[in-house]
Amino acid sequence: MTDAFIYDTVRVPRGRGNFKGALHEVKPIDLITTLLRAIGQRNALPFDKVEDLIMGISAAVGDQGSTLPRIAALCQPGFESVPGMAIQRFCGAGLEAINIAAEKIRSGWRQLILAGGVESMSRLPLGASGGAWIYDPATSLKIAYVPQGFSADLLATLCGFDRERLDSYALHSQQLATQACEQGFFAKSLIAVRDQNDCVILDDEEYIRPGTTMQTLGSLKPAFGGVAAAANLQVARQRYPSLDEVTPVHTAGNSSGIVDGAALALVGSEAIGKTLGLRPRARILGVGLSAVDPTVMLTGPVSATQKALECAGLRLDEVDLFEVNEAFAVVPLYFAKELKLPLEKINVNGGAIAMGHPIGATGAILMSMLLDELERRHLRYGVATLCTAGGMGVASVIERI
Amino acid sequence: MKSPINLQKGDDGIVTLTFDAPEQSVNTLSDAMRESLAAVTEELESTKDEITGVIVTSAKYSFFAGGDLNRLHRMQPADVSALFEATERGKLALRRLEKLGKPVVAALNGTALGGGFEIALACRYRIAVKRPKVQFGFPEAGLGLMPGAGGVARLTRFLGLAASQPYLQDSKLLSPAEAFKIGLIDELVDTPEQMITRARSWIQSNPDPTQPWDRPGFVPPGGWPNEGGAKRWLAEGAAARVRAKTRGCYPAPEAILCASVEGLQVDFETSCRIETRHFVKVVTGGVAKNIVGTFWFQSNEVKSGAQRPADVPKSKINSICVLGSGMMGRGIAYAAASRGVQAVVKDVSLAVAEKAVADANAILTKRIEKGEIDAARRADILDRIKPTDRYEDLASVDLVIEAVPENRDLKDRVTREAEPYLPNHAFLASNTSTLPISGLAQASRHPDRFIGLHFFSPVHRMQLVEVIKGRDTSPQTLARALDFVMQIGKTPILVNDNRGFFTSRVFATYTREGVAMVGEGQEPASIEAAAFFGGFPVGPLAVLDEISLSLSYNNRQETLKAFAAEGKPLLAHPADAVMERMLHEFDRKGRAAGGGFYDYPAGHAKHFWPELRSAFARAETQMPQQEVQDRLLFSMALEAVRIFEEGVLIAVRDGNIGSVLGIGFPRWTGGVFQFLNWYGLAKAVRRAEWLAERHGARFAPPELLRDMARRGELF
Repeated sequence: MTDAFIYDTVRVPRGRGNFKGALHEVKPIDLITTLLRAIGQRNALPFDKVEDLIMGISAAVGDQGSTLPRIAALCQPGFESVPGMAIQRFCGAGLEAINIAAEKIRSGWRQLILAGGVESMSRLPLGASGGAWIYDPATSLKIAYVPQGFSADLLATLCGFDRERLDSYALHSQQLATQACEQGFFAKSLIAVRDQNDCVILDDEEYIRPGTTMQTLGSLKPAFGGVAAAANLQVARQRYPSLDEVTPVHTAGNSSGIVDGAALALVGSEAIGKTLGLRPRARILGVGLSAVDPTVMLTGPVSATQKALECAGLRLDEVDLFEVNEAFAVVPLYFAKELKLPLEKINVNGGAIAMGHPIGATGAILMSMLLDELERRHLRYGVATLCTAGGMGVASVIERI
Repeated sequence: MKSPINLQKGDDGIVTLTFDAPEQSVNTLSDAMRESLAAVTEELESTKDEITGVIVTSAKYSFFAGGDLNRLHRMQPADVSALFEATERGKLALRRLEKLGKPVVAALNGTALGGGFEIALACRYRIAVKRPKVQFGFPEAGLGLMPGAGGVARLTRFLGLAASQPYLQDSKLLSPAEAFKIGLIDELVDTPEQMITRARSWIQSNPDPTQPWDRPGFVPPGGWPNEGGAKRWLAEGAAARVRAKTRGCYPAPEAILCASVEGLQVDFETSCRIETRHFVKVVTGGVAKNIVGTFWFQSNEVKSGAQRPADVPKSKINSICVLGSGMMGRGIAYAAASRGVQAVVKDVSLAVAEKAVADANAILTKRIEKGEIDAARRADILDRIKPTDRYEDLASVDLVIEAVPENRDLKDRVTREAEPYLPNHAFLASNTSTLPISGLAQASRHPDRFIGLHFFSPVHRMQLVEVIKGRDTSPQTLARALDFVMQIGKTPILVNDNRGFFTSRVFATYTREGVAMVGEGQEPASIEAAAFFGGFPVGPLAVLDEISLSLSYNNRQETLKAFAAEGKPLLAHPADAVMERMLHEFDRKGRAAGGGFYDYPAGHAKHFWPELRSAFARAETQMPQQEVQDRLLFSMALEAVRIFEEGVLIAVRDGNIGSVLGIGFPRWTGGVFQFLNWYGLAKAVRRAEWLAERHGARFAPPELLRDMARRGELF
C-alpha cells in the first residue's frame, strides 16, 4: 500500500473574529485563493495534477456556502481544473479534511490532494449554520445537550482543575505563542493576506496578547456561569448523578479565541512527489476518530489519539510533540493527565487560547504548526488532535521526513 | 496661503464651513482641501460642546466639483500604499463630521459632483437651491473612475443595493428636483438666502444628528445582500448585467458593484475600507488613465481652444445655410437650430427642403416624450429652421455648409451657384467625408474662406466634427469654423487636407480588416464577438451593412483611382476581393438594399446571411479571439500613426478624441494613440511585426512608431 505524504502546508495569520479584526474585510473565498496561490507558487504545482480541494468549513452558509472550495479553485488562475468539497465535522473538520485526503491517497485511487479548512468567524459567527443539535429542543432533550463552555467547566470540575490551574495554562499559551512569533517560528508557513493592490492586510497573528499576566487573566469573569449553568447542571446530572456542582472556571482568557483563519496542506503519494520533484516533509502514519459522551464532550482527543497510534503502529511514548487544540484550557490539561504526558510535549508554541480557533480551519493549522516544529527541532513523530462538538475526537499521527 | 475652508462660528453656536479654494473657480478635493477638511473636523470635534450644529456650504458658483483629477491622474501602481492611506485619511475626516453628534447640514448652493456629493452625503441633512443646470451625483464611472470618499458605502445604504447602482455604475446624474424625489435632498429652496435660513432653523429644531446607518437595527432599503430583495437582485444576475455592459473592458462599474455588495456584508467602517481598496485599484489602473487622459485633460485642451489661432478674436455665428437637405444636411440644420443658430436649408425644391423641418420635429417630439424639453422649446427650435429653394435667402448668412452627395462636380456647382448671393463676411464649408478640401476650394472665389466641416451621422447624437484645413484656408476662417463647432456644442478635431482626412481613413481599415477575415474563413460571429469584447460599439460587418457595402466599395475605388492618377502606390487589401464577391456575385449591398453580411427580417433581430458561411468556406484553423481583436485595433491604430506621420493629423489629442467620438474606437483605450501608449510602444512594434508576418504588410509598424518606441517616447 502506498504511503500518504505531506509535501507542504500554508496558513494565513489568524485575525480577530469581530468587525474590528483585520480579516473581517476579507471574504472567506479570498482567504482560500490566497493559500492556493501561495502553495501553487511555492511548489510550482502543475495544477492539473491536483485531484481535489477538500476543506473543513463549519459554517458552510452565506459567504462560506455553496461548496466554496470548488468556487475558490475557479477563482484562482491555474486551479480551474481542481474539484472541491466542503466538509463539516465541527472543530475537527480541518484535520478531518487532511485525514480524508490521506485515506484517499492510501487507497491508491488518488495521487495529489489539497486539504485544509477555512473559517471567517467575524462573518459567520458560532451557530451561523444552525442545526438540530442546539436549535431543536426535541433533539437537545434527547441527547442531553449542554453548551460546550459548560462542558468545559464540567470536565474541569470532574478533573479537579481549579481556575488558577487553567489560567496558568492560558498564560503559558500566550507566552509560548508570543515567543514563537517573535522568533519567527511561524514564518515558514504563514502567508500574508493582501488586497487587490498587493497591500498587506495582515501578516502576523493578530489575536495574541503578549502582555497577559495571571492578574489580567484572573480579573476576567467566568463566561459560562449564571442561571443557564444551573439548568445545565441538572441536564448533566442525568449522566453524572454524583455531580452536585460545576464551578464556572473558564473565561474568555483561558478559552480559545474567536478568529478568522485558513490553512492548507498538500497531501500526495510518494509516486506523485517523485514525478513532480517534490520533497515530502512528513508521512501520515495513522488517523483516528472517536465518539465520546456528548455532555462532557471534550474528551475525544484521548481516544482519537489512541486509535490513531494503533493505526500507525506507534507507542504513545514514541511521540515527540503533540498539538492538542486549546478549545478550552481544560482540554490539553485533561489530555496530558489521562495519557500521563508532560506538558512540555504539548502545544509547544502556544495554541488557540493565544491565537484563536477558526473552527473548520484549526485542524489544518495544528498540522501545519506541528510539522514546522518537528522540523525546527529535528524530531520525528507528532500527533495533532482536536476535541469536536457533539462528542467526537479527531487525530492524526505524522512522521517527519 | 489662505485655507480652502473658511470656518465661522455664529453667536447661536452654529458653525458655517465654507468651501472656497483660493485661486480656483471650483472646489475640488485637492491636497490642500483634504488637509484643511481633516484639520477643520478635528477642530469641530475638540470644540463640539460649544457647537449647536454645522452648516457646510460653498463660496463658489457651484458647491463642489469633485475629486482632484490632476492628483488622481498622477497616481501609478507604485503609489498604491500612499493613495490608500491618503484616501482613508480623507474618509476619516468625513466620518468625524458625520459622527460629531451635532446636526450637520449641507447647504448646496449649486452643483455637487463626485467628492462634493460624497461630502453632502456625509451630512445628516441636505438643502438644495432650485437652479437650472444644477446636478448632483457621481460622474466618476464615466471617466473610468469610482467614488472613493464613502460614496459607495453611503449611497448603497441610503438607496439600497439595487437602486443605488444606476447612480454609481452608470453615472446617472440628478437635478435638484429628481434628487428631492428620491430623498437624497431633504429640502428645496429658491434662493441661497433661504437655504441658509432653512439650514439654521433645521439645526435649531434639534434634530437627531445620527445618520440612518449609524442607528441600531438599521437595514438598507431592499435589505442586506443575504436577504430579501437585495439577495434576489443578486441571484437575478447583477453580475451578468454589469459584464454585459462593460464587456470586461471597463473595470470601474464592476469594481463599484463588488464594493457595493462587499460593503453591505460588513459594518460601515469596514465597508469604507473595502471601497478604498477597489478605488485604489481602479484609479491606478490603465483604463482610468486612458479615459481621464483623453476625455478630461485632452478634451479640456480642445474646449479651451488649443487648436485655434490665438490672435483671431472669438466669433459667433448667427445664421447658417445648409446646401442640400439629405440626411446630413437635415442633421446639421437641426444641430445648429437647437443651439440658437438660424438655419436656412436650401434644396432644389421647397418640398425637399422641408424634410429638414419634419426631421427636426420628429427628434424634438421624442425629446418632449422623454421629458427633456417642452412644446414651446420645440416651436422655438423649429422656427429657426427655414427651408427654401432660392439662393436669395442666403443673403444674411454667416456660414454656408455644403452637404450635397459626394460628387466633385456637383459640389463645385453648388459652391459656384451659392457664392454670389453671400454677404462679404460669410465663409464656406464642405461636409465631405473624403474629398480633399483644397480641390473643392478651387470652385470658390475665396479659397481662403473655404474649409471642411465633416459631421457624423446621426448628427444630433454624434458629438464629433472633423475640421479640415485646406491649403488656402485662412487662420480667420479656421478660427471661425472652430468657434462655430463649439458654439453648437460639438467637439472639433483639426486635420490637414488629405483624401479621407483622419476619421474616414482610419475607419475604413476597421471594416476592411473585418471583411478580410471573412474571406480568410474566420467564423463571422467570432469577428463580431472580438469587436464586441474589444469594446467597439458595432462589429465591422454589422457597421458595413449599415453604411452600405456599395458606398464603401465606391469610396475605395475612388481612392484607388486617385492614387493611381497621382502615381502613388496603394497596397492591395484582401478585403477588396471579398467586397467584389459580396456585391457582384451575391448582390449583398447592405441593410438599406435588403441585406449584406446580415439578413434583416421584418419584426425580428438581424441574423447572419445564411449563405455567408458557404460563400466563404470556414478555415480549418480559427484564429484565437485575441488575434482577431488585435487585427481590428492595430489596423486602426497603425493607420492613425501613418496619418500623423504624414502630417495630416496635427495633434495626438485630436486623433484620440476623434477615433473614439467619430468612428467607434473603444473608449476604454482613450483613443488610437493612447491605446498604443497603454499597450507599450515597444510591445506594439513587436505585435505589429508579428501581425505583418502573418497577415500582410499593412501591419508593418510605421517608422515613427519604431522611432518613438526606440527612444522610449509616448504619443
